Amino acid sequence: MKKLINNPADVVTEALLGIEAAHPELAVDHENKVIYRADGPHRGKVAIISGGGSGHEPLHGGFVGLGMLNAACAGEMFTSPVPDQVVAATKLVDGGAGVLHVVKNYTGDVMNFDMAAEIAAAEGGIEVVAVVTDDDVAVQDSTWTAGRRGVGATVLLEKIAGAAAEQGRSLAEVADVARKVNAQARSMGLALTSCTVPAAGKPTFEIGDDEMELGVGIHGEPGRKRIPMASAREIAEMLVEPVLSDLPFASGDPVIAFVNGLGGTPLIELYVMYNEVQKILTQHGIQIARSLVGPFITSLDMAGTSVTLLKADDDLLSLWDAPVRTPALRWGL
Amino acid sequence: MTDLVAADLEQWVRRFAQSVSDHKDHLTELDSAIGDGDHGANMHRGMQAVLAALDAKRPETPATIFSTVGMTLVSTVGGASGPLFGTLFLRLGSALGPAAEVSLGDLARALRAGLDGIVARGKAEAGDKTLYDALLPAVEALESAAASDTDLGAALQQAADAAAAGRDATTPMSARKGRASYLGERSVGHQDPGATTVALLLAAAVGRS
Repeated sequence: MKKLINNPADVVTEALLGIEAAHPELAVDHENKVIYRADGPHRGKVAIISGGGSGHEPLHGGFVGLGMLNAACAGEMFTSPVPDQVVAATKLVDGGAGVLHVVKNYTGDVMNFDMAAEIAAAEGGIEVVAVVTDDDVAVQDSTWTAGRRGVGATVLLEKIAGAAAEQGRSLAEVADVARKVNAQARSMGLALTSCTVPAAGKPTFEIGDDEMELGVGIHGEPGRKRIPMASAREIAEMLVEPVLSDLPFASGDPVIAFVNGLGGTPLIELYVMYNEVQKILTQHGIQIARSLVGPFITSLDMAGTSVTLLKADDDLLSLWDAPVRTPALRWGL
Repeated sequence: MTDLVAADLEQWVRRFAQSVSDHKDHLTELDSAIGDGDHGANMHRGMQAVLAALDAKRPETPATIFSTVGMTLVSTVGGASGPLFGTLFLRLGSALGPAAEVSLGDLARALRAGLDGIVARGKAEAGDKTLYDALLPAVEALESAAASDTDLGAALQQAADAAAAGRDATTPMSARKGRASYLGERSVGHQDPGATTVALLLAAAVGRS
């Protein structure tokens, strides 16, 4: 294992110190491992928090800032945060208009956020609504599993719901927008290599030099199948087709197209992928209204990519275009 | 064997912590096969925090011992194990109330309440290949022992045996909950780590590890 770390046990703690030092507009509650806006809480506005296991950066801490998240809870590596952290974050950001919890659909995340919402309601009477993302079409048998995993749609949802909250919409309205984003978005990922969790010191799964895992999860969970290495054109086809047929997306639909890097793939390859993705979408008559390309929801050092498509409308697009100022996304300012 | 008092339950919890520590690598190995390989480390971190909390707070009743364990696990473990094992102990605590002594019947009722709490939290059913599959037989063993006026020591032994059998029965199951469920049929042939930890908990009740 070759990593830029001091001690595997200190990676999350030291990264939070780095984030705090690099971004003066953010503050960190180190005891609870919560990154939050230093200029909050914002009276009268809905606050949005998220969180999850660490190792997916910039998700979620890199999305804290104006027009997106008010706070993010950093769990241990690939382990959901505990309720105390989520309760602490909820209290830190509450501006009196309620708090939206954005939760990716993993067993641990859902349970810990559930417990946190119960504690927050019992203790402080803060109104909490949770929206769970489950956009990963790689999980086909969602009746007999923990359900589809929350992946790329989470990034788009946090941006769009954040803009809705910034506009002053109510908690119910912000939650509606968030649910709409999740309902209209689908994703599929692919790994070229495994990630290596620092504490484990070795790759999470074995994969040959000439193999890929189609439908991989962001913690290295198995996907649909192990297949031989292919070209970017073929990979784009394998990712986009299941996404298109699942919603399904139809000719004429406007979409936000998001080509994500899983952490170990260079940006130039993501643009090669984006070129193939846009060609396929054009062939299907899908209109790319907006795009996002880059590593935004990662799996440590895993090489690979995921494609997320969100069926958009005028409201979602204007919220997408609204100003945002976070470490990882910033525009319109 | 007479009714259990606070000191007995505290020793049970301490033996469980020791057992988790002894089996940390084994639990991690089981979890690496079908989960994300952190069950041993997470439970160990949680039980070490429990020992520190017991030393610091010195809870005096059976109920406060269990609720201290539950709150500490919820606050330190994370993942799915934190809420599930935390809920189990929190429910055990609230079911026991202020009593200073715990009879076999009390323990059976409290463990049933814990099981119900886990179901409410995790929505697991029999055969999903989760800790439920080890805990349910243990609860049923305690309940039938209580109904037949079995000696407490013998009843705890029966519960431990039932949990171990339930743990072994998870091996041929296909996972339908948690991270292992993404493997589907590929999870068959692997023992469930959470059920293994439940078997350790019940074994610790009779002083074994």
